[in-house]
Amino acid sequence: MSFIFRTESLLNTSFLNFEFSKEQELLREQARAFLIQQCPTAAVRKILEGNEPFDKDLWRKIADLGWLATVIPEEYGGLGLSYYELAVIAEELGRALAPIPFSSSVYLATELLLRNGTPEQRREWLPKIATGEVIGTLAVAEDIGRPTPQTIHTVARNGSISGRKIAVPDGDVVDFVIVLVRCEHGNGTSLYLVESNDFSHEVVATIDPSRSHANLEFKDSCGELIGADGFGWEMVNDVFDRAAVLFAWEQVGGTQSTLDQATDYAKSRYAFGRPIGSFQAIKYKLANMYVKHTLARSNCYYGTWTLAGDHADLRLAAATCRVSAIQAFHYASKENIQTHGGMGFTWEFDCQLYYRRAKLLALNLGSEHWWQDRLITAHEQRNQAA
Amino acid sequence: MDFNDTEAEASFRKEARNWLHDNVPSKADLAGLDEVQQSKLWQRRKFDAGWACISWATEHGGRGASPIEQVIWQQEESKYDVPIGIFDIGIGMAAPTLMHWGTDSQKRKYLPPLASGEHIWCQLFSEPIAGSDLAGIRSRAIKAGDDWVLNGQKIWTSGAHYSDFGIIVVRTDPTVPKHEGLTYFFVDMKSPGIEVRPIKQISGSSNFNEVFLQNVEVPDVNRLGAVGQGWKVSITTLMNERAALGSGGGDVGFNSLFELANQLTIEGRPAIDDSLVRGALANWYCQESGLRYTGYRALTALSRGETPGPEHSISKLVGASKLQDMASFALDLLEMAGSLANVECAQYFDTFLNSPGFRVAGGTDEIMLNILAERVLGLPQDVRVDKGIPFNEVPTGT
Ligand SMILES: Cc1cc2nc3c(=O)[nH]c(=O)nc-3n(C[C@H](O)[C@H](O)[C@H](O)COP(=O)(O)OP(=O)(O)OC[C@H]3O[C@@H](n4cnc5c(N)ncnc54)[C@H](O)[C@@H]3O)c2cc1C
Repeated sequence: MSFIFRTESLLNTSFLNFEFSKEQELLREQARAFLIQQCPTAAVRKILEGNEPFDKDLWRKIADLGWLATVIPEEYGGLGLSYYELAVIAEELGRALAPIPFSSSVYLATELLLRNGTPEQRREWLPKIATGEVIGTLAVAEDIGRPTPQTIHTVARNGSISGRKIAVPDGDVVDFVIVLVRCEHGNGTSLYLVESNDFSHEVVATIDPSRSHANLEFKDSCGELIGADGFGWEMVNDVFDRAAVLFAWEQVGGTQSTLDQATDYAKSRYAFGRPIGSFQAIKYKLANMYVKHTLARSNCYYGTWTLAGDHADLRLAAATCRVSAIQAFHYASKENIQTHGGMGFTWEFDCQLYYRRAKLLALNLGSEHWWQDRLITAHEQRNQAA
Repeated sequence: MDFNDTEAEASFRKEARNWLHDNVPSKADLAGLDEVQQSKLWQRRKFDAGWACISWATEHGGRGASPIEQVIWQQEESKYDVPIGIFDIGIGMAAPTLMHWGTDSQKRKYLPPLASGEHIWCQLFSEPIAGSDLAGIRSRAIKAGDDWVLNGQKIWTSGAHYSDFGIIVVRTDPTVPKHEGLTYFFVDMKSPGIEVRPIKQISGSSNFNEVFLQNVEVPDVNRLGAVGQGWKVSITTLMNERAALGSGGGDVGFNSLFELANQLTIEGRPAIDDSLVRGALANWYCQESGLRYTGYRALTALSRGETPGPEHSISKLVGASKLQDMASFALDLLEMAGSLANVECAQYFDTFLNSPGFRVAGGTDEIMLNILAERVLGLPQDVRVDKGIPFNEVPTGT
């Protein structure tokens, strides 16, 4: 045969169900209607401007709806639904810029426990996470710059943890934190769960005060090993891949509401006797937002499929979701300000909420640059495996 | 999102795969044939075995296959580097227009020879003065008895030099506003009065042409849609054009650039280890996969019976610039040697010179952005100074 056989993965499927199911779309409608009521931008602004670390009322209500329990198996008090349902909820929370510790407790703490916890640890924590009674998070960074196993100096000695973590999402409100530490023996890193009565925190100002963050100080804090000793970095990377897909859905949701806001404004604001949306310079900004948004969204569909099926392609797909979603939300949120002119630069207008959230989400799991590198690395690994 | 083939789909895929495996032309089959002959050979072979235009009705030369089977077939066929490009306009654009607007007898007469590869069609839309502003067409058709006489000039007509028929939009009434005075026909390219002259492109080759029309007689049975309805009919063609035009990548894409970056070095280390290279490649990967999955979402919608809409403009818009940028980046990786028409990296050199055309053909980048902004996002139309004015009173700048 003289023709090149193009090796494309996954060509054994027609991919003709590239959509969410009717039930999942129904869940989306309900979630959207609920959040329009319960989480208007005024609610986000209240957290941004006030002293409350998160919207406790909203937290209680979404707990009542079972959103925190979505992927937790029934044996641990969860709903045992799939990542498709969680993706739908993530997108809607992102669209509403919900000021709650959902990503910390659900995408990070829950995932770490589900994947690495002992049955006892899962039994202890997951039912309480499912009801919203406890909140958990993950603490990785210790200093400025890209974390690697070498930048981790927090230590574990006989199960006591000492060290400092910075920029921990929801570090001030959680009941427990899973901490990445140097392991006791050998060169590796490990994960330990520490309860909040055993560490001190200092609330820190961040780029998006609608989501609170803290620096944490551990002094001989009592820790419980999660997962295999010496494999902390691997577990963090595994959960980052999974969380990247869900973060990306929040970013895609945020991009959509940013685009909606910009489009509405461009239709109603007049200059030179015509709507500014009739100027091509403005049109092209908005069309480009639409393009970036569409590409990121489509990548998220595939990413969710790999997440739901624990597919080998997850690592590559997750990085693809993350890079495209970071870019889409950043572009949309900055050009939305530009579309609004001077108004966009005011405290009063909501443009700032999207701009802040876009950057926060872009940083929380590590930068765009880092994820571009992970994407290529994942591709190299896939090629080696093939 | 359950992507696995059903039992019936899997057995269809197997059948398609087996047939392709046994029938894809070998090098020896194609030796000595030019591109047109090669394409015709492959199309005829498919047609004879019932694998041409499989989603078309059997009386039109197809197989009556479902949209899903059509997708499966395309996936399987695209695994082979078979010659199919010359039928893009006839099968991909003229045929859907015929199916939508044609009479039963037009369909029965013209669709089967399209399916069999016997007839190649071209698209006589653009004119020297009317490209993006397609409705500004000036070529005229005047009624003479039952039939029509065409005069004027078309330009950029790809494949006109080997085509049997052409779809054409012409002005039948210059006294009404521009969109209202157009009519859509198809013409036999061998008609007396048609002269085709090749145009040399940036790359040096000549795939498109000028086409001069001098008193070309076209029977009224070659009209699609009513007199004056030509704009509406051409929209059907253009929608299918945008749905069909992919990124036109060929052998330049993420995979080829990734391979190149693994072969080349920068200061003694593999180029792929360079963080700028990794960043650029990652971005293209995101675009490429974003387009692929946007395509799957669109196919899903099509398989549910929806028709292609203006949102399809995205794939050509993103794909064309991506191609141009990737080719340029690949040449950069070669450093000073990148300027040579180097045989080893000929595909990047060629793509660098060919890709500007993708950003213009089938509607420019700017027109695609206008479409997304106006038809998808609902932004107000551009100011149109020619709106509502009789065509023969519109300013032309000449
Ligand atoms: C390789 C190739 C193959 C082709 N094949 C065919 C074919 O087979 N059949 C056929 O009929 N045609 C064909 N074309 C023609 C093609 O459709 C036109 O070239 C294209 O629509 C642009 O028209 P134009 O060349 O007249 O440029 P113009 O319309 O003059 O555009 C010049 C510039 O102005 C910009 N512009 C124009 N209007 C606007 C606007 N409203 N808003 C913003 N910017 C604007 C354009 O984007 C472009 O940048 C082909 C072209 C190429 C390059």
